[in-house]
Amino acid sequence: MEQANLVPIPKLPPAGAGESMIHRMLEELRRALGKPVAERRWGMVIDLRKCVGCQACTIACITENKLPPGVVYRPVITEERGTFPNVSKSFLPRPCMQCEDPTCVPVCPVGATAKRPDGIVAVDYESCIGCRYCMTACPYNARTFDFGDNRDEGGEIQPSDKVSSREYGRVWKREKDSSPIGNARKCTFCLHRLERGELPACVSCCMGRATYFGDLNDSTSLVSQLAAKANATRLKESAGTGPVVFYLQ
Amino acid sequence: MRSITRTLLAVLWAVALLAGGYALVLRLTEGHGPAAYGSYVVWGLGVAQYIYFVGISAGAFMLATLVYGLGVKKLEPVGRPALLVAAVGLVAGLFSIWTDLGHMGRAFLVLLRPNFSSMMTWMIWLYTAYAILLVLLGYAVHKKSPRIKLLALIGLPLVVSFSGGVGALFATVAAKPLWNSSLYPVFFLVGALLSASGLLIALLALQARQTPAIADAVSTLSKLILGLLVVEVVLEWAEYSVALWGGGGEHAALSEVLFGSYWWVFWGVHLVLGVAVPGAMLLLAKGNKTWQAVSGLLVVLTYLAVRLNIVIPGQITPELKGLEMSYVDPRLVYTYSPSLFEWGILLFCAAVASSLLWLGYRFLPLNSDSASHKEAKIA
Repeated sequence: MEQANLVPIPKLPPAGAGESMIHRMLEELRRALGKPVAERRWGMVIDLRKCVGCQACTIACITENKLPPGVVYRPVITEERGTFPNVSKSFLPRPCMQCEDPTCVPVCPVGATAKRPDGIVAVDYESCIGCRYCMTACPYNARTFDFGDNRDEGGEIQPSDKVSSREYGRVWKREKDSSPIGNARKCTFCLHRLERGELPACVSCCMGRATYFGDLNDSTSLVSQLAAKANATRLKESAGTGPVVFYLQ
Repeated sequence: MRSITRTLLAVLWAVALLAGGYALVLRLTEGHGPAAYGSYVVWGLGVAQYIYFVGISAGAFMLATLVYGLGVKKLEPVGRPALLVAAVGLVAGLFSIWTDLGHMGRAFLVLLRPNFSSMMTWMIWLYTAYAILLVLLGYAVHKKSPRIKLLALIGLPLVVSFSGGVGALFATVAAKPLWNSSLYPVFFLVGALLSASGLLIALLALQARQTPAIADAVSTLSKLILGLLVVEVVLEWAEYSVALWGGGGEHAALSEVLFGSYWWVFWGVHLVLGVAVPGAMLLLAKGNKTWQAVSGLLVVLTYLAVRLNIVIPGQITPELKGLEMSYVDPRLVYTYSPSLFEWGILLFCAAVASSLLWLGYRFLPLNSDSASHKEAKIA
């Protein structure tokens, strides 16, 4: 499997108006990368009060990871409350929670899904047998199966379906019977971007700056400060999985 | 069997094999594309048929251990056919789940790099041990070896482990409230014994050569089935009533089973055709072989409905409210009906299983025990 041939990381330009948070997160990210992997603990904070439900994160994720139809890592759930004229709408982006104690890991019969030292739950595409037990075990439905479906129109496979994915820092050509087709797939916090000093695609593209990312082991990082706020909650706390995705209510 | 019935069965078998063969070719060339399950209902008919067939296998082996391990003389004619059914059920079950994998070529990894924190790994290892034991026991029975009893007694805890283990495979999934029940392992044990008894009573009652020993065994199996039907209904009542009264997470899924669009699967196929009708037929049969055979066939065939009602409804409730509307794609829905392709795979497995049973009856000495039993009785 060939390694992803990526362009060098550009130097950061001076921060523009409203961009200081992105710059801060990038600097913190690069500082974390200087530490051994086991000393990092990636986490995400999503400010639900800022999310406008534009779904740009969903699309950015699909574009970044070259996701085929039916595979989605970060859908945005819309909830409507009340009846006219007293109606409100709220949005909840749902990436993989990268749980501290993930239920998807112990059920994998071949150990193809594992928790990395930096906390990201990764799938070894070349070992995954496609039994989908991990998908039944996830209390957030954060995994989707790659059925090998394409966006074909009139039987023609579209060029977008031929582009290789760069997940886990490798090139995954989309070919019949070869991974990731036939595998369970999930959000990796854009691990391939992190390792080259870039923020996850969903964080970079968020126009409301509602998504924050960084090292939870760094007490001075933005995510650590936000995750410690009194209004920070996690989904399905009762499941006991310890998600590292926090929501600000 | 009358020639017209035989011709009809042969035609049905050929159609099942051809249609199923085509589905298998589709599976090998198109992968999971033609399947109707998606990323929310991730296990479909393939998984249901897997637990159905391995359940029959486990139940048949339990009956065989009653004969060879615990020396239940009344069931002696059941012994050899039960071993055949156990072997055929295991082959059909493992084939079903193998075709359901995303990467069939990697199935061996479960043996090479097992993760023993997964129930699925335990199942595969137990199946392997069970398959070896089944061959050894079959050979020992054929050779009338003195080790028969020992092998059968070793097999009993093994088969109870993997039969209950299939239930535990579901029951340990805390994310699915309907599956997450401590009753499931027991439920699976009872189901295994019931479905296997149904098939074996049909096979024995339809056998051309009838003996008093076989009539005895059929009568004993009838009583066993009647008892198991009662236990099955009681277990279902316990499971369903608590969930419906308690209003827990499984309430929505169970309401769908009982009153949803597939209500007839539970009420019609399972309770009427799978419990009430065969139960009544067995009570009224009074030694009528046709009635006994039909009731057995009804029990075993309709048991697939029970398996489907375990696998599918457990997955139809969204983990997060509104998730089903967040991203529109046919694979991201909480509804499921098997596609023709999936039914085709089931037909293929059924056709192959019935061929193996026929070959077993044709070429294996399945009546030796009953013959010796009869001789013993005469002596």
